[in-house]
Amino acid sequence: MSESAWSEERLAALLHMMKPAPRGWVDAAAQLPRLRAVLDDLVERAETDAAFRAAVIADLEAAVAREGLEPTDRALRELRTRLSK
Amino acid sequence: MTSRLTDAELVALCRKGDEAAWAELVERFSRYVYAIAVQGFRLSDQDAEDVFQEVFTRTYERLHLLREDAAVRPWLAQLTRNLCVDKLRDRARVEPSEDLERGADETLAELDLALTVREALEALGEPCSDLLDRFFCRDESYRTIGEELDLPSGTIASRISRCLVKLRGQFEGRNDGADPSGGR
Repeated sequence: MSESAWSEERLAALLHMMKPAPRGWVDAAAQLPRLRAVLDDLVERAETDAAFRAAVIADLEAAVAREGLEPTDRALRELRTRLSK
Repeated sequence: MTSRLTDAELVALCRKGDEAAWAELVERFSRYVYAIAVQGFRLSDQDAEDVFQEVFTRTYERLHLLREDAAVRPWLAQLTRNLCVDKLRDRARVEPSEDLERGADETLAELDLALTVREALEALGEPCSDLLDRFFCRDESYRTIGEELDLPSGTIASRISRCLVKLRGQFEGRNDGADPSGGR
């Protein structure tokens, strides 16, 4: 590898390829551990309390929001799937 | 939010359930995964977001399957590639063409190099990492950067130039297999 191959122009072009992902996507992925913990808790409570389960199913979005999580499509879809098992 | 932890150290912490380490792992590789989906496979925003979230969900669930912690980067690249191909297959109901996959693989090799440059940029520290990120990655103008940092545009231009020289210095004399011409 020649040293001149690392020209400023080449470095600039490579840097230009590393654009930031949309902030919301990164935040959602970063919150996965918390999402999993909240969903685990909701599902566990729903398995032992029929009234709680009915309330969660009636309004998934509110149930997720009450736990302090953003009710994203992915979060709601995952909760719905887990409750239907 | 960039620490000096190696990829292997970061993965080891994630495996122990360290949420801050997980957030950092996502941050460290978010641009790479995003670029593979959008530049490598030219996915739409919607499809790219699906792939992006699926990549990190699977990574979170399967990190314990990674044989070597330091190999998280190629592992992520391969996972993203596979999910992009699946997405294209689902959308078109046909196999993606060989040309498309070949073109994507060439872009992936370039992106791998770009991530190496990005890591070198992080290692440079402030103010160069911020300046070069704003100008080259976020496409901010001299004027916008100058207003943010309360500096004249001409000063921004000369600092960017000096920072690029410093960045180049990080690579000169290196012999780690990274080839700026695109091969490895």
